Amino acid sequence: MTVAAQLDRDWQRFTPLKRLSRFAFYLFAVLALVISLRTIDVIPEFLYDAPDQMTDLFKRMWPPDLSYIQPTLQGLIETLHIATLGTIIAIVLAVPIGLLAARNVTPNFALNLFAKFVFVTSRSINSLVWALLFVAVFGPGPLAGTLAIAFRSIGFTGKLFAEAMEEANAGSIEALTAAGASRMSTLLLGYWPQIRPAFWSIALFRWDINIRESAVLGIVGAGGVGVALDTALNLLYWDQVAVVLIAIFVVVVLAEIVVTSVRTRIL
Amino acid sequence: MIVTDPAATGQRTAFAPNWLGRLGWVALVIYVIYAGSQLGFSAERFSTGLEHGHRFLVRMFPPNFERWELIYDGILESLQIAVIATFFGVLISLPVGLMAARNLMPAWISWPMRGVIALCRSFHPIIVAILFVKAIGFGALAGVMALIVASIGFISKLFAEAIEEISLKQVEAVRASGAGFLSVLIMGVQPQVLPRFIGFATYQLDSNLRNSTMVGIVGGGGIGAALFTAYQRFDFDVVLAILIVIVSLIMVAEIVSGWARRVFQ
Repeated sequence: MTVAAQLDRDWQRFTPLKRLSRFAFYLFAVLALVISLRTIDVIPEFLYDAPDQMTDLFKRMWPPDLSYIQPTLQGLIETLHIATLGTIIAIVLAVPIGLLAARNVTPNFALNLFAKFVFVTSRSINSLVWALLFVAVFGPGPLAGTLAIAFRSIGFTGKLFAEAMEEANAGSIEALTAAGASRMSTLLLGYWPQIRPAFWSIALFRWDINIRESAVLGIVGAGGVGVALDTALNLLYWDQVAVVLIAIFVVVVLAEIVVTSVRTRIL
Repeated sequence: MIVTDPAATGQRTAFAPNWLGRLGWVALVIYVIYAGSQLGFSAERFSTGLEHGHRFLVRMFPPNFERWELIYDGILESLQIAVIATFFGVLISLPVGLMAARNLMPAWISWPMRGVIALCRSFHPIIVAILFVKAIGFGALAGVMALIVASIGFISKLFAEAIEEISLKQVEAVRASGAGFLSVLIMGVQPQVLPRFIGFATYQLDSNLRNSTMVGIVGGGGIGAALFTAYQRFDFDVVLAILIVIVSLIMVAEIVSGWARRVFQ
């Protein structure tokens, strides 16, 4: 090949296969959107009076019924307990399964796969559906809500925990094994110090999410401030609904501030 | 020969016990017991619950796929809700996230936008769905609107953060060549954030798919309605069938979105 022909080469950013798969992605996305838009079942008559309904809704919400603060606060405390306890139970359950999922800790493909399957199942079923199942088992109340939060969080915390374990530096673990450390000691003294920051940030992050999630569990009878919300909704007391919504908003914002400040301090 | 006296040098024990840390664990255990008693947990309740659970599981098996047409319709509607909500959520998130990025926008635009994002994020989709069911009636549209709000809250925040982390060198270079604002965005910003943006969008599609299986409980359409009806009729074998379908659908969706992320890396 002459030098001129080499210089004349056409430079391209992506390989043909990459371009083809990008094109396939766009095609797939557009196709899915068009099909969905054409086939979705929407009743246009409902849309005409949507603005009226919206203004009506806000008119009914204002002024908020301040006498409803008492049950709301009780519900909120219960919600905080559900979220915290649920997160703790989730972590207690997720750590052993996370150890099974981490390929460097458990070099057994079948066990890894099993743990991954547990995580996917836990994450795919929504917390409200988990709550429905636990209400059927334990009856209505915060016990069902706490377990729902816990089971829903196993997938999230366990997956991130396993990823943190897999990213741990093998050097110090090899050193411990070479010194004759037992399996428990390698976990506690080799892995734990390395993943501790990740562990606490996962726990805090999930706690923050769980406060949001546990606020609505009451809709299916699983305790917390959602019960107060559901009662007000069923009675169409929109001014009481407004009180609950404002309370949830305040707590969620406060939780986010707490999580951000704790995270910057401990990490 | 150098003699070191351990006491004089203040010998350090390897792996010294951390008493403050242990105290923290004890406090945690005390909290768990306190909170458990506040919520009315008791061993007796737990054991009766396990009995119920046994009966519940017996009634769940084997899963009943006889009403597969109902399940199929519901899943299809959930998919439609998820796809449409993701598309419009992403579409709206683009300008919102851009306006919330503090390195490209003046403070008087970015702060109100951050407020909007915080408002969208702080309410669970189910609460938004309830409000939309009241405003635009039962059906898939209420679910779509609720998930659009949730998508805006999530994607705009991550998108704004991704823009704030870009290298400004490229942006300056494009600007120095005399490009206008739009060209700066397309040539300087877009190439840096596109892979991450596709990642957020596919992740949000997964998340919307999961949530679209739930909005039906409050009347927002999708498989959630079928699930809730089956639950209320104590057809637990149908509930299990629906759950199996949901889990496998989401597994497939995760594989597809993982593939999409790899293509755009």
